[in-house]
Amino acid sequence: MEFFTISLLNGISYGLLLFMLSSGLTLIFSMMGVLNFAHASFYMLGAYFGYQVTEWLGFWPALVLAPLLVGSLGALFERFVLRRVHKFGHVPELLITFGMSYIILELVQLVWGRSSVDYRVPQALDGPLFTLFGTQFPMYRAFMMAVALAMLVALWLLLTRTRIGLVIQAALTHPEMTEALGHNVPRVFMLVFGGGCALAGLAGVIGGNAFVTEPSMAVSVGGIIFVVVVVGGMGSLAGAFLASLLIGLTQTFAVGLDVSALSTLGSLGVTLTEHTPGYALWKLKLSQVAPILPYLFLVLMLIFRPRGLLGTRED
Amino acid sequence: MARTTKRADVYVFKPVNVGRIILWSLYALILIVVPLIFDSSLSQTLLSQMGIAIIVCLSYNMLLGQGGMLSFGHAVYSGMGAFLAIHTLNRVTDGLALPVSLIPVLGGLASAAVAVVLGWVTTKKAATPFAMITLGVGELVWAMALMFPEFFGGEGGVSGNRVAGSKVFGLTYGPQIQLYYLIAVYTFICTALMYAFTRTPLGRMLNAVRDNPERVEFVGYNTQVVRYIAFVIAAFFAGISGGLAALNFEIVTSEVVSGYRSGAYLLFTFLGGATFFFGPILGGILMVLAFVLLSEFTKAWLLYLGLIFLLMVVYAPGGVASLIMMNLRLAMFGFLRKLWVSYLALFATALVALCGAAAMVEMVYHLQLNLALGPELVFMGASLNAKGLNSWFGAAFVMFTGLGLFELCRRQFVRDWGDIQEDIEKEIKRREAAL
Repeated sequence: MEFFTISLLNGISYGLLLFMLSSGLTLIFSMMGVLNFAHASFYMLGAYFGYQVTEWLGFWPALVLAPLLVGSLGALFERFVLRRVHKFGHVPELLITFGMSYIILELVQLVWGRSSVDYRVPQALDGPLFTLFGTQFPMYRAFMMAVALAMLVALWLLLTRTRIGLVIQAALTHPEMTEALGHNVPRVFMLVFGGGCALAGLAGVIGGNAFVTEPSMAVSVGGIIFVVVVVGGMGSLAGAFLASLLIGLTQTFAVGLDVSALSTLGSLGVTLTEHTPGYALWKLKLSQVAPILPYLFLVLMLIFRPRGLLGTRED
Repeated sequence: MARTTKRADVYVFKPVNVGRIILWSLYALILIVVPLIFDSSLSQTLLSQMGIAIIVCLSYNMLLGQGGMLSFGHAVYSGMGAFLAIHTLNRVTDGLALPVSLIPVLGGLASAAVAVVLGWVTTKKAATPFAMITLGVGELVWAMALMFPEFFGGEGGVSGNRVAGSKVFGLTYGPQIQLYYLIAVYTFICTALMYAFTRTPLGRMLNAVRDNPERVEFVGYNTQVVRYIAFVIAAFFAGISGGLAALNFEIVTSEVVSGYRSGAYLLFTFLGGATFFFGPILGGILMVLAFVLLSEFTKAWLLYLGLIFLLMVVYAPGGVASLIMMNLRLAMFGFLRKLWVSYLALFATALVALCGAAAMVEMVYHLQLNLALGPELVFMGASLNAKGLNSWFGAAFVMFTGLGLFELCRRQFVRDWGDIQEDIEKEIKRREAAL
């Protein structure tokens, strides 16, 4: 029970963090058709900016400033680089974000070094929030969840209740018509790209100190958020939310479980020896398999439901 | 146009394609002669790696250039080929009767078999979803490589010894030069086969699937099947290159299936030029030069590589090959001599700007990595002080001067280029009228 509750809470907080990342990616993708390969790099930039601003001004200014910085960088990137290749089609657009991920990685290593930086949880949020079945639940995890939920609500309100949100929704499905009605669609694109990057930056600021802020953080999370977007259904925000939680939970639970097929069968009275065919497969522990679970999920999803959990588009 | 088709109806003239024969003979000749000119052991190693890189980049271009499939997981197939090849090599050492020279083919078949399974899932979608799925599958295999140390050798990898088995024609493949020629033979045959593939109906269908999948569906083809077959064939060639790499290095680590490797294939195939068949050949050569020489020369090589890639995507999406072809076109119409001054000016000013920028990048890297050795560093013969204002000011001055001059030259060049293109169009029209 203890394991279950703590894992559930950890899984939800991790899933919400994933959603902060994948929501931006999904928005950018469904609007511009651009798969932002550098999205995880913007997440990393957010973490490093968060670290730097925390050093200078403290954590709370960093929480506001770092995402804004990342967002404006993203907007500049869209305006001056991505827009230039828009006419060549989607593949060059993807390639350019791919090249950008290399450059951001190198620049981060150039400025902050190749090892991890000492980015810590602020004093005010350090420590346990409550103790459950003898295990403490850190306050910072709860804070992460709160920020993610606040962002989720804000995003939903922005998209459905404001004028700019309506323009964005219109530009999502009918860009030409929206343009004909006199809205500056390229600028909307720029805003969405910047906004998506800002969300990634925010995730970086609050995720960077919960986990480790290091140059490899972009690569480790990059694959997962693509899985989230595909599993949730390309371009579906609700699907991304569902998939984020699902993957967050499965990963957290799998890491904590030390069971293998071998031990399960063993408790059922079946013993396997090293000579059984596929012994390497049987003896794998669930915690060892954890890193590949999201990808396995992706493959299974593609076989049985190619449009994703809540996706509407087949392609 | 109408006149030419009419003529074709009356009389079909199929000349021996002299140009093609000359080109391919030249290619074979280069493969044979190059190791005799560059005969140091370093260049032999480099040339062997280039041959391997050429095969894998060409096979990658079968997906990217011909099928419009942007794969982020091509290393899975070259890597699986390499693993199977090294395991086979170890069996040969234990007494399996198989000549070492055929092991790469086996690697290719193994990769094709892997692609038969994984490719079915991967090719269900096209375009951007395809890219994401290849990325996911790549990560899957990469994570699995660490889970099954029995097959993938864990951290240390799997090593072997290529001097094994029966010696066909007395070749042991002990000396690097013998292996180079094996690789050269494979490179030539694979290049020829892959070129032949582009001429088959399937190859043409693949182009059609890239350009207009909807219409292909209407004509009655299943686009997924076309993509699937091409994917398997590309995996086969990638596996051959993996097998050759296994023979070349005599060790295979799980790094060969990593996403990092896949990214490199993509990057260099694109830099070489995905729109021309010979582009990836240039890309493969560039890849080895960058990985081996550039990384020796500077620590910041990935940064430079990323920047070059970005500039290339924005300004020359056809890669190096398209730049060559554009200038070849100029040369054919005899306009190249008008531009060589501009080229020289562009090159010189770009070099100045690059020197300044590179000096600054090197200083930052020096501050970051080797500060313990003191703030002094030597860059292109000049001694710089990474903590001194003078060095920074000097480098910035050089860079901005270079940039300013470059911009001036570039404007002039763009004007000239436009004029010349117009002249060429006129010339073409004139020739057509004269016919």
